[in-house]
Amino acid sequence: MASRTFRIWRGEPGGQGRFAEYATDITEGMVVLDAVHQIQAESAGDLAVRWNCKAGKCGSCSAEVNGNPRLMCMTRMSDLPEDRPVTIEPMRTFPLLKDLVTDVSWNFEVKKRIKRFKPRAPDAEDGTWRMDQRDVDRVQEFRKCIECFLCQDVCHVLRDSHKHDEFIGPRFFVHAAALEMHPLDTEDRLEELKEAQGVGYCNITKCCTKVCPEHITITDNAIIPLKERVVDRFYDPVRNLFRIIGGR
Amino acid sequence: MQIAEHDVLVIGAGGAGLRAAIEASAAGASVGLVTKSLLGKAHTVMAEGGIAAALANVDGRDDWRTHFADTMRGGQYVNNPTMAELHAKEAPDRVRELEAWGAVFDRTNDQKILQRNFGGHKYPRLAHVGDRTGLEMIRTLQDHGIHLGIDVHMEWTVTRLILDGGRVVGAFGYDREKGRFQVFRAGAVVLATGGIGRAYRVTSNSWEYTGDGHALAYEAGAELIDMEYVQFHPTGMVWPPSVRGILVTEGVRGEGGVLRNSEGQRFMFDDIPDLYRGSTAGDPEEGWRYTQGDKEARRPPELLTRDHVARCIVREIKEGRGSPHGGVFLDIAWIREKLKDSEAHIRRKLPSMYHQFKELAGIDITAEAMEVGPTTHYVMGGVKVDGETQMSRVPGLFAAGECAGGLHGANRLGGNSLSDLLVFGKRAGEHAARFASANPGGAASGAENEQVEAATRDALAPLERQDGGGDGVGSYAIQSELQDLMQAKVGIVRSQAELESGLEDVLALKERCRNVSVAGNRAYNPGWHTALDLPNLLLVSEAVARTAALRKESRGAHFREDHTAKDERWGRTTLVVRKGAGGEMEILEEAVTPPREELQQIIEENR
Repeated sequence: MASRTFRIWRGEPGGQGRFAEYATDITEGMVVLDAVHQIQAESAGDLAVRWNCKAGKCGSCSAEVNGNPRLMCMTRMSDLPEDRPVTIEPMRTFPLLKDLVTDVSWNFEVKKRIKRFKPRAPDAEDGTWRMDQRDVDRVQEFRKCIECFLCQDVCHVLRDSHKHDEFIGPRFFVHAAALEMHPLDTEDRLEELKEAQGVGYCNITKCCTKVCPEHITITDNAIIPLKERVVDRFYDPVRNLFRIIGGR
Repeated sequence: MQIAEHDVLVIGAGGAGLRAAIEASAAGASVGLVTKSLLGKAHTVMAEGGIAAALANVDGRDDWRTHFADTMRGGQYVNNPTMAELHAKEAPDRVRELEAWGAVFDRTNDQKILQRNFGGHKYPRLAHVGDRTGLEMIRTLQDHGIHLGIDVHMEWTVTRLILDGGRVVGAFGYDREKGRFQVFRAGAVVLATGGIGRAYRVTSNSWEYTGDGHALAYEAGAELIDMEYVQFHPTGMVWPPSVRGILVTEGVRGEGGVLRNSEGQRFMFDDIPDLYRGSTAGDPEEGWRYTQGDKEARRPPELLTRDHVARCIVREIKEGRGSPHGGVFLDIAWIREKLKDSEAHIRRKLPSMYHQFKELAGIDITAEAMEVGPTTHYVMGGVKVDGETQMSRVPGLFAAGECAGGLHGANRLGGNSLSDLLVFGKRAGEHAARFASANPGGAASGAENEQVEAATRDALAPLERQDGGGDGVGSYAIQSELQDLMQAKVGIVRSQAELESGLEDVLALKERCRNVSVAGNRAYNPGWHTALDLPNLLLVSEAVARTAALRKESRGAHFREDHTAKDERWGRTTLVVRKGAGGEMEILEEAVTPPREELQQIIEENR
């Protein structure tokens, strides 16, 4: 058993935030979240942290560990360098509530603005649909998303440029793509994606894809195809001509 | 004091709570949905294997009758037969509805919803999405629900129900962010708070599962039933220590995974219960054929019910044939002997298991066996409700999902939880909306003031004690002691002496809990939150220990090493827990409701 040192961000909005140092014993197989819980039980009872499943399935325990956006429950202590303290900070893109907990409510508001699923009429008389596995594979990749918001955390359009009012972020492009590419969906979301939701702001640096704990290829499979659809619709001269003639 | 007013207040936002909120909202009620966590993080998200529903997409012989009979057999015939009937009949529609709301299930070759085998289900019955079905379900409900005008109160915890003249008229709670208090006035309240898994050391449950709904209902005058039946899922991770208890889906066994002891023996063939003798494979080859869809083959013994598999694993470990870290081996890698592209196949069928073992244990499940052992997973016991409306004996108070009792009897079949949430979440929402429309709430009253004052006092006490100095006990320490004692004395294998000693320990902790004190202030303080959950956790622990000590037989998940057989008299008895006139916990014996004749006949035909 070896003791390790942690530097954990402590603070509340308005107050002076700082890194507090804690030491705790690490046993085989421990993940960062275990260490945080142990510190909580031993010496910092009011240390604020979110968690639920502890198995990488709920997306609650997002934080920045040694500067890297991670799920704390899926970050093994043995993968972190032993020669320096482990630094744990809250996600920096969202307003701080306390310690490691941030206000992510913006994400829930954004989702409400994306038009809901609207299926075509059922294929069979009993009200059910037929879909081929090949045709749902793509959407199933997007639906693996656990809403940890780490992709939102690293996206520079949000993190550095604070375009929260004009840009919905990678998570919600994945959501929109899952709807747009759903074999049954009949809704049209391209106008908003181009305008209010700002898909054009993404300049494909792929930071979001790199941090996704579910390994969703966010940029290549979701955002780029959405951009292409927007371009096809609004910037293709031939299509534009048809649209003018067709009156839509 | 802030006031929120709704026609229907739903407490808990997992599958049952979300489904109830959607239904109540669709019925025209204004709905408030309270959740301890963020929306979409509830335990439903952890469900892996699938939703049990007799869609008969994979095997045309399946129908609600077989599903009903399987559920009753799995529950050892002490289930509420009305609930088991409605559940089997309505589950297919509830699954199809999810598809209409955008869920994307895995498909059959003829493009329908695919179904897989699971323990205790005669036919492949579980609609699924790989091994992340719960995520698909909660996200579908969430994404549908947010467009219906439901008021979601995220990160709020209810600590008390407010009563007026015997009926429920609201609730009192605090928010995690600032520790602000609020009264939620409502015409009807639906409890959908899930289980009690945090009472045990080794558990698949998160911090939220502290028996809140059970305790709120009990304190409001409702009854709890079947509290002695706690399900230990046979396969949780056992190594490394920090992941002990994390669930390993039954889907691994459904896809052909086998259990072996340290001698390499498939020990599940050694002990097959009478109820299942005729439906269990005679040899490994037949079992394998079953998992691959051979309709003539019978299921492998690894797919016997969870209570039985868990006990066989405990036996192997106790008798010295366990794995190096105190479990047994679960092997899916062996199917490479049978399938050419087994590695890709396993990764496709069990992606999150692959991921989980790779990242947390450094094990590649396509190449080597997993080590697994039982983990506390689910409580069959819960609030006693009317089978059709889900209303408790307290007018206006409903319960659905894991915190309601009755559907699963002495043991729940895998896959029957997600379908339970949908079927009875919907029913609870529908009837709560109806009740609220006939009996509107919303008025302030003297009774409310008094209860709110008491609730405020109780909530602040642990924080105020920190300045009292001296003998204060920390909330984490009490919770940790409780988990150890429940694990050791009220666990999988039980005896009179241990149960009685366990009960004494719980009562002693209850005393010490009166002195619990926490550091810090009201802003996002997990130590304080833990302290406020403790009375609920202690209450349900007491109920489990008391009922388990009374039931002197072994049935389903309740196994007594000093009474190993089933007993006919106990088989006709349900234990009911309620708060006595003097505030003490009272246990009553009630007769199990027999199924009506038509249902009894279905049971006989499927024996």
